[in-house]
Amino acid sequence: MIYTLSILILLLPLASFITIGVPEFLNKKYAWAPKVAGTIGTASLLLVTLLSYWTAVAYFGGERMADGTYATLVPYNYTWLPLGNLHFDLGVLLDPISVMMLVVISTVSLMVHIYSFGYMHGEKGFQRYYAFLSLFTMSMLGLVLATNIFQMYMFWELVGVSSYLLIGFYYPLHAAVHASKKAFIVTRFADMFFLVGILIFGFYTETFNFSFMPNVQIAEGMQAFAPCQADLASKSLAFGGMVLPTALVLMFIGGAGKSAMFPLHIWLPDAMEGPTPVSALIHAATMVVAGVFQIARMFPLWINYAPNAMSIVVVVGAFTAFYAAAVACAQSDIKRGLAFSTISQIAFMMVALGASTALELNHHEHGGLGYLAGMFHLFTHAMFKACLFLCAGVIIHGVHTNEMSAMGSLHKYMPITSATFFISCLAISGIPFFSGFSSKDEIISACMHYSPILGWFMTGVAAMTAFYMFRLYWCIFFGSKKNVEHYESHHVSEHGFNAMTFPLIFLTVITVGVGIFTTLSGFGVPGFEWASFGNLVTPDTTAYTVHFDITTAIISTVVACCSIALATYIYKGESQPVADRLYATFPRLHKWAKNRFYMDDVYQYVTHKIMFRCISKPVAWIDETIINGLIDFSAWGANEGGESIRSWQSGDVRHYAVWFISGAVALTLILLAI
Amino acid sequence: MVPVECFFVLSAILFFIGVFGFVTRRNLIAMLVSVELILNAVDINFAAFNRLLFPEGNEGFFFTLFSIGVSAAESAVAIAIILNVYRLFKSDSVEAIDNLKL
Amino acid sequence: MANIIVFAIIAVVIIAAALAAVFTKRIMRSVTALLFVLFAIAGLYFLLDYTFLGAAQLSIYAGGMTMIYIFAIQLLGRRDLQGYVEKLSFKRTVGAAIVSFIGCATVVGVMLKNFFIDKFMSVADSEVSMEKIGEALVGSEKYQYVLPFEFISLFLLACIIGGLVVSRNQKEDK
Repeated sequence: MIYTLSILILLLPLASFITIGVPEFLNKKYAWAPKVAGTIGTASLLLVTLLSYWTAVAYFGGERMADGTYATLVPYNYTWLPLGNLHFDLGVLLDPISVMMLVVISTVSLMVHIYSFGYMHGEKGFQRYYAFLSLFTMSMLGLVLATNIFQMYMFWELVGVSSYLLIGFYYPLHAAVHASKKAFIVTRFADMFFLVGILIFGFYTETFNFSFMPNVQIAEGMQAFAPCQADLASKSLAFGGMVLPTALVLMFIGGAGKSAMFPLHIWLPDAMEGPTPVSALIHAATMVVAGVFQIARMFPLWINYAPNAMSIVVVVGAFTAFYAAAVACAQSDIKRGLAFSTISQIAFMMVALGASTALELNHHEHGGLGYLAGMFHLFTHAMFKACLFLCAGVIIHGVHTNEMSAMGSLHKYMPITSATFFISCLAISGIPFFSGFSSKDEIISACMHYSPILGWFMTGVAAMTAFYMFRLYWCIFFGSKKNVEHYESHHVSEHGFNAMTFPLIFLTVITVGVGIFTTLSGFGVPGFEWASFGNLVTPDTTAYTVHFDITTAIISTVVACCSIALATYIYKGESQPVADRLYATFPRLHKWAKNRFYMDDVYQYVTHKIMFRCISKPVAWIDETIINGLIDFSAWGANEGGESIRSWQSGDVRHYAVWFISGAVALTLILLAI
Repeated sequence: MVPVECFFVLSAILFFIGVFGFVTRRNLIAMLVSVELILNAVDINFAAFNRLLFPEGNEGFFFTLFSIGVSAAESAVAIAIILNVYRLFKSDSVEAIDNLKL
Repeated sequence: MANIIVFAIIAVVIIAAALAAVFTKRIMRSVTALLFVLFAIAGLYFLLDYTFLGAAQLSIYAGGMTMIYIFAIQLLGRRDLQGYVEKLSFKRTVGAAIVSFIGCATVVGVMLKNFFIDKFMSVADSEVSMEKIGEALVGSEKYQYVLPFEFISLFLLACIIGGLVVSRNQKEDK
């Protein structure tokens, strides 16, 4: 019964998008009152959240199959576009990761909806904002519930469009317009590779459906999945077996664009021009994890047919994690700092997925641990990163700027924000009993299994993560007291418990709650075995209880504590002599890190100087001169031709008679000859 | 009986004399006279075909009869038009009617 | 034998008169030559035993039509037409002659080569009876011509009216 209601999860946000958006679109004066629009959006999303929780309880609490795995349920699958033996379908697919994503997306989206009541209060375009939020939520939900790769691609593009609309929300600002254009173009460029990958995949496996998933159960009356011909007997062995790896890597490039992996990460820091709740929802918790989700969805194919290609994922992810962490250490804009932190954490998830070497996960075979760790980190990261962004929103709302130079010693004025920020920072650093510890520890132990170098490398990046997050915390909430009179005179405060602080508390409770239970279960405390994430999500969907490797746990905790201590020592005080000395000693390094190692300038140079000058200008010249010239020439030719036979129309009927007779005689002669 | 080829040749010659006259003459009425020659040539052809090659049917006979009637009517209308043209252009030369010249 | 002689005479008359009608510079002479052609063609019809057709040709064409032409010529102003002398352009004549000659050769070639010509047989000297003609004109079975008959009556009416409309004096209406 609940599974037939799952289509409502998609339809409700769509309905609220249309309801909120269409009246205003038709005529400005028909727009809803802002509060009404917000209530419609939030109410529909509350329903969606409840439905998602109910689905999750029913799915995870329900019966497993005989071999202990979860079935892949397909309650809806309609053929949309039949093309010969391939067809694009639209449907709903429920399996462990998509149900988990349902919970994540709906929870974070609901929190953002509630938060926006406070944050966007009084803004022009309030209704438009809520309409686009609903559109985004629907698109993201459609992406995770996709039954075939083409549906996923379609909603992928829709998510990109919603992101464009929301980043460019403050469109009178030049910077916002540039940022939204950049986001859309970079992700669209990456999606070109995704599309080519889809086409190759569809051609060689002769289906677009995810029919390689285990135990697919399709509801009756719905379109069946064509079997995936990826096996050895088919043409997927063409080109020396390189076809499927090529297709999967191309799809990964598309995912890398959406998930802001190096070098396609340039759009994410600029996307912070959008409103902060949008950054929380889209660019921290949901859209940017679409690339990770894509790899998780195609995971059986990666493991079985392209195991060597996963090293590409690992390398890209590891480098991105390090690069983003390095840049985040030097940012003075808190939202940019959090953006780079997001890039780094998503790279962690990618590395975790890439470091998986097997589909099985049990106490003999640990190769699938990376998958579990990556998905778990997706869940926990969504919660605490959204909380961090929403805290940043409260701060920005109070101080009216993103720069850290206008902050400092805010702890007294924003206690709830400070407490939740602190807890989320503990979580992201990987301190036990907070959710980030369980997920990050598992990632690092999966990396250690894969290769010790990778494991130590990621540990180092984790240390940098702890460092820059606590740098942020101390600089905002403690640190220098130079702005205190400003706060006093302008009554800067978070205004107690209201629409903006409730989501912070809610998300923190989730972080702490999940953290406590999974930590207890991971350390083998009896009575808490049920609380392992492996009971929900594993690569082959059998149950697995996570046990922390004590060595790794101790090492990562110690490293995190050392980094936190270092950050505290440098940044907590009223003045930061150590920071200033470091800055004086390595000025160039700081400048490079602050300017993101000049990647944006490289892109600008390549596009403007090379592509525009060497490719676009000649093409424009060809278009203007040659093609226009051809058309002008044909027009001139027609004109001249017309002029030349003009004299035939002399107005003298005798000429016409001559033509007539000659023509008739000629025709007769021709027919005679033939 | 007269061999049928003679009729054919005669009608062909008459037809093309009419064509020649139509193309060469400038006066409207002279052109009309040439058209009459053409029509009559065709009538001879039909009558000869019918009488000498298909004597059991009457189609050619009636075709010729109706053709005579029709060409009479058509000549009457043509004369009316020529009178009108003469009134308008004050000339009965066909070169005066060149309004459709490009 | 006699038929062939008569035919030859009539043919000579036709061609000579036609050439005269086409080449002469004076309109009245052209129309008179046309009259001779029409008479000769009527004779040809009589030769073919189509007496009714010959009578029709004489009465309609030679009688009525030529009168119309002559009236028209008289109406078009004495000064313009009656002494009207037309000069023929040489280039045009040569061009027309070439076209006509080629056309004539083609047509004659086609006609002499058609395979119907084998059906020529000697026919009896009988003429189509008036009864048969009358029945065919107003009968409505196959091979009978009441429909064209009615059409032509309508057509004649239309032409009369059209002729009247076209040629009336326009200034009277204003």
